[in-house]
Amino acid sequence: MTELTEEKARIGAPSAASDVRRIAGMNEEGEQLSEINPASSPLAGEATKSHSHGGGVGIPDSSRAGRLTSYNVADFPAITGREEDWRFTPLKRLRGLDRVALDGAAPQITVEKSEAITVETVARTDARIGTAGIPEDRVSAAAWGAFAEATVVTIPAEHVPADENDVTTLTITGVDSTPAASHILVHAKKFSTAVVVLDHRGSAVVSENVEMIVEDGAALTVVSIQDWDDDAVHASSQQVKVGRDAKFKHIVVNLGGDLVRITPSARYAGTGGDVEMYGLYFADAGQHFEQRLFVDHSAAKCKSRVTYKGALQGDGAHTVWVGDVLIRKEAEGTDTYEMNRNLILTQGARADSVPNLEIETGLIEGAGHASATGRFDDEQLFYLQSRGMQEDVARRLVVRGFLNEVIQQIKVPALEERLREAVERELSAGVL
Amino acid sequence: MSTLEIKDLFVSIDTEQGNKPILKGVSLTINTGETHAIMGPNGSGKSTLASTIAGHPRYTVDSGSITLDGEDVLAMSVDERARAGLFLAMQYPVEIPGVTMTNFLRTAKTAIDGEAPALRTWTKDVKAAMAQLRIEPEFAQRNVNEGFSGGEKKRHEILQLELFKPKFAVLDETDSGLDVDALKVVSEGVNRAAEESELGTLLITHYTRILRYIKPDFVHVFVDGRIAEEGGPELADRLEDEGYDRYLAADAAQA
Repeated sequence: MTELTEEKARIGAPSAASDVRRIAGMNEEGEQLSEINPASSPLAGEATKSHSHGGGVGIPDSSRAGRLTSYNVADFPAITGREEDWRFTPLKRLRGLDRVALDGAAPQITVEKSEAITVETVARTDARIGTAGIPEDRVSAAAWGAFAEATVVTIPAEHVPADENDVTTLTITGVDSTPAASHILVHAKKFSTAVVVLDHRGSAVVSENVEMIVEDGAALTVVSIQDWDDDAVHASSQQVKVGRDAKFKHIVVNLGGDLVRITPSARYAGTGGDVEMYGLYFADAGQHFEQRLFVDHSAAKCKSRVTYKGALQGDGAHTVWVGDVLIRKEAEGTDTYEMNRNLILTQGARADSVPNLEIETGLIEGAGHASATGRFDDEQLFYLQSRGMQEDVARRLVVRGFLNEVIQQIKVPALEERLREAVERELSAGVL
Repeated sequence: MSTLEIKDLFVSIDTEQGNKPILKGVSLTINTGETHAIMGPNGSGKSTLASTIAGHPRYTVDSGSITLDGEDVLAMSVDERARAGLFLAMQYPVEIPGVTMTNFLRTAKTAIDGEAPALRTWTKDVKAAMAQLRIEPEFAQRNVNEGFSGGEKKRHEILQLELFKPKFAVLDETDSGLDVDALKVVSEGVNRAAEESELGTLLITHYTRILRYIKPDFVHVFVDGRIAEEGGPELADRLEDEGYDRYLAADAAQA
């Protein structure tokens, strides 16, 4: 694929693919930093330890470890758009999610599930709320303060699905455009296996918190599909706590909405945890799809793999991918790799891609990141056309192939089929 | 029998320095079953002719015509030309990320024929053609040209030639960058395609080496956007001995 270094595609951090295994100032013992700033200084401690291409030494929020977390919205200052966390987001299009009371009606949830799975609506005082997540930004905290009831999905211990299409689906349908808050908790008990789909549709202006708990030895897949109507605004903080030897697979699919901002965070509660994060997004003219993920390697011998792929077409289509991976000092034996690929199909679209890898110990299995943004260019089109394909067939072939790498990871045939159809729809609805 | 006829073709490209004429009146008639070699020094316009026949948007046809059995090729889009039976084996095939060879070949075959190939025979045909071109079976699952060596890319171009069965094939320096073994394999593929169907071949090359394996019926020497000399296979032998110097000298004297 052509590496783009000019015009529309702006690659925020390392411009092309890169692989980090050896880092300056690092040896087998860990990082060898001189004491430039004392730990008490605001410009010190975690901030200076970042191996971040995005921020820079001395900027307090340049390290993900130092990011403020709180259940209380008042702890977060008003968003100006200059923050690292918000610099790509068109705040005007948030429709007030960052500054008004989120007292609208929460999207309605209908459930499809097998008998063994429990889905309850609980009060905000339920003891389980807050066990996996704590808001990492103002919009998430606003929702935390405002939601009235939460939906709790419980997968009993040692549950095994009947077959590959046996999934629990929460269809989350927006009711109106009054800013609202929503809260969902998915709890996979010990040694259980399950797939949970959060299927967002309709129109809404909503800030959502999703907590996910994967107990020891469990294997949970959560697929969050954002297939909103064109005017929807959706911020979703999706935080997971991954138990000892547990497996968690997270798949984010952004297809519809005016502004969609998904911020998944994974934390490990024990050793041997395995996190796979996939993302697929297809932005059309005027759509802003932002995905900012965080993998917090705080336990030893855990693994993470991140693969996000996006296609963009049409004027003003904008996607943002920020991948923060932090390997803390205690996370020895970590094995992590994150990758983002974007395919720009037309003029006027823009993809920002920023991988950030911070490493506080040298005793790791591997750590790498890669980012590439390419254009479906005239030479590729010529090649395919010279093989008899019409332009739309050629584009379809390329986009399908490009996004299929993510779709085939879902492993739920019915859902894969739906997403393939959705990609086809995006292609035929586009300006091609 | 089909005929590809190029008449008094003038082609230019737009450069930063302005419009630059490249082909300055080329006429050439190729019938199916014939092999024409186009030879010439670098920059003589050989590859421009190939790309213009295929319809690459970079080239502007200023005057002249290209017809296939009387049909106006220049009025056709790139894909229409392919469906009409023209095939260009490219000098530098591009990579298509995310698209496997299997998927690509089937999609192209379907586009060219207007219907999907019968799955069972198609899979067998692909396997057999790959084996004959010494292409490892695992290439079927690799993305089009991604990470292929120069020789592998050229073999895949000939694989497509054999599978798509066009009326006319333009081979744009298919021999350049190939070692002797690869050259033989590729040449055998072209010869097979010519034998199986009445293929008309326009073999564009800088070197005479490939003409030991693919016997041309006609040889045309390109110099500065025009055909400077035409003849039978014996002309190739002469070029092997003498090179292009005498044309360039004549050209310089004229200018």
